[in-house]
Amino acid sequence: MTITVEKLSRSFGEIQAVKGIDLDVDRGETFGFLGPNGAGKSTTIKMLCTLLHPTSGRAWINGYDIEREASQVRQSIGIVFQDPTLDEYLTAEQNLYYHCMIYHTPRKTRDTRIREVLQLVGLDERRKDVVKTFSGGMKRRLEVARGLLHEPQTLFLDEPTVGLDPQTRRSVWEHVLRLRERTGLTIFMTTHYMEEAEYCDRIAIIDHGQIVALDTPAALKRMVGQDLVRLTTSEPERAAAMLEQHTGHAVRREGDAIYVEGENGQALAANLIRQLTLADIDVLGVNVTAPTLEDVFVHLTGRVIRDESASAKDRMGSRLRSRGRLRR
Amino acid sequence: MLKTTQSTAVPQTTPENRSAPAFFIDPEGIAMIWRRDMVRLWRQRSRLLGAVARALVWLFALGFGLRGSLGSIAGFNYEQFVFPGVIAMTVIFSGLQSAISIVYDREFGFLKEVQVAPTPRSTLVIGKCLGGASSSTVQALIILVFAPFASVALNPLNVLATVVATFVTALAIAGLGVVIAMWITDFENFGTIQNFITLPLYMFSGAIFPTRLVPPWLHAILLLNPLTYGVNAIRGVLLGYEIASVPLNLAILLGFTVVMMAIAIWMSRREV
Repeated sequence: MTITVEKLSRSFGEIQAVKGIDLDVDRGETFGFLGPNGAGKSTTIKMLCTLLHPTSGRAWINGYDIEREASQVRQSIGIVFQDPTLDEYLTAEQNLYYHCMIYHTPRKTRDTRIREVLQLVGLDERRKDVVKTFSGGMKRRLEVARGLLHEPQTLFLDEPTVGLDPQTRRSVWEHVLRLRERTGLTIFMTTHYMEEAEYCDRIAIIDHGQIVALDTPAALKRMVGQDLVRLTTSEPERAAAMLEQHTGHAVRREGDAIYVEGENGQALAANLIRQLTLADIDVLGVNVTAPTLEDVFVHLTGRVIRDESASAKDRMGSRLRSRGRLRR
Repeated sequence: MLKTTQSTAVPQTTPENRSAPAFFIDPEGIAMIWRRDMVRLWRQRSRLLGAVARALVWLFALGFGLRGSLGSIAGFNYEQFVFPGVIAMTVIFSGLQSAISIVYDREFGFLKEVQVAPTPRSTLVIGKCLGGASSSTVQALIILVFAPFASVALNPLNVLATVVATFVTALAIAGLGVVIAMWITDFENFGTIQNFITLPLYMFSGAIFPTRLVPPWLHAILLLNPLTYGVNAIRGVLLGYEIASVPLNLAILLGFTVVMMAIAIWMSRREV
C-alpha cells in the first residue's frame, strides 16, 4: 500500500476542515480526490505532504508515518502545487538543479537526470530559457518534471491544471498520463474538474471534509443510473407505447421526445431504432448520454461543482506584476 | 549535528537509501538558498548599480555638502567620517531587502518548494542570512572603490577587515530581516513596513552623526539598533575611529544574529 490514511482529521479553531477520512491507495494507482473548493482537498493533501499537522488520525506514505518520519515522507514524494512555485527569474535548468540540491540527489547523476525529466515533459530544448518566458502549460509541465527529479514513489498533484485553458490542460494531462505509463508512479491528485477525474483509476468524492463515495469512475457513475437514450420520432405516442410493450425498459415521453434508460446506451439505441423501423415509425433523431461524474456529485451532495475563478491572491499578484511594482 | 553527505558513488535510486536530512543543519540546502540569491543578484545587476549609486549620492551630497558647515569630528573631515556610514547604508538597504525577499517568495510560491523539501527549517533562515550578507558585502566592495574620493586611505589589511566587518553587520541585519519577513504575513503591508524600518534603522545608527554628542534618549535608541554596532565596527577598521573595540562590536552583532536566527526558525514552524 502506497498511501494509508486512518481517521485523519484537521480542525482550524471551530471549523472542522477534514472529518476523519480513511483511504488506501495502491502502488501504481492514479487516485483522484474530487470535490468543490473548500471541501477539504487541499487540507488533506497538505497533511499528507507533511505541511500541516493533523488534529487526529494517522497516515503513512510509502511506508513512512507522516508525523514521525516527515523527512522520509518528503524525500519519497514529489509535489506539484495548485499555485506555481518556480523561480521565474531563473532558467528551467537552474530551477531543477536547485531542487536536486535541496533534495540531496546524488551529484554525479544530476545533469543526466535533469535532461531526462525535461525530455519527459518535452521541455529539453527550453532548458536554458528563463522560466518567465514560459507559457502557463510549460510552467506546469516544468513543475511536474521537477517533482520527479528525486525519483519519488508517489507524485502529489494539487489541482494540477487549475487556471489553464482547456487545450493546455489536455497537453499537461498527456504528459502526466505518459509518465504514469512509463514509470509506474503512484499519483494522488485533487481536482474539481470532472473530465480530469475520469483519468483516475479510483476517485474519492469529498464534501464538507468527509468522503461521501470512493470507487472507480465507472462504478460511481452506475450509482446514479444507466445510459439515457433520447429519440424523436414521427409518432411519439405510438412509439412510446410500442417500446414500453416490447423492450421491457422504462419509457418516458416528454413532448416529441422519448427517453429510455438502460445499460450500454449505444446498443440500446440501435435496438430501439430497429424496433421502431419494423413498426413503420420514422426515427428523426437519436441522442445517447452516459451519466457523468457531475451527475454523481449532484446525486451525492445535491449541489453542482462550480469552476472557481482565480483566487483573490492570484488576482492581486498579477495586478501588481502588471503595474511593474514588483522587484525581485 | 551535521548531516552526513552522500559519499557513495553508486547511484541511489530508492529513497530508503538516501540520507534524509533530519538534522539541524543542512549545508547543501543552505548552499542552494544562498546560490539562488547570488544568481538573482547577478541577473539584477542594474539594481545593484542603483544601490551603489544611491550610496554615492549620500556620500557626495552629505559628505561634501556638509563638510564646510561642520568642523572636524575627532580629527576627521565629514566626508571621511560619513564614508563608513555609507557602507552601512548599503548594508541596511540590501541586507534587509534580500532577507525580506522571503515575503515575495511566499507570495509567488517559491517558498513552498523549500518548505516541502526534506530539509530542516534552519535551511531557509541561515541561507537567507548568508545571501543577504554576501550581496551586501559585494556592494560594500564596490563602494570601497570610491574611498579615495573621500580621503579614506585603503590598504589590503583594512579592506579585508572592512569585508569581515561588513559581512558580520549584514548577517545581523539580514537576521532581523528574516524575522520581519516571518512576521509579515500580509503582503499588502509589506512596503509600508519596509519603509518604516529601513530608514529609521539607518538614521538612528550613528552612520551620519557621531554618537557621543547626542541627548541621552537618542543614545538609548542608538544602543538598541544593531546597525550602530556595525557602523562602529566598519568605522573602526577603516578610520581607526573606535567606539568600544571592533571585536566587541562584532561579538555583539554575532550574538544578535544568533538570537534573530533562533527567533526566525521558531517562527517558521511547519504550519503556515
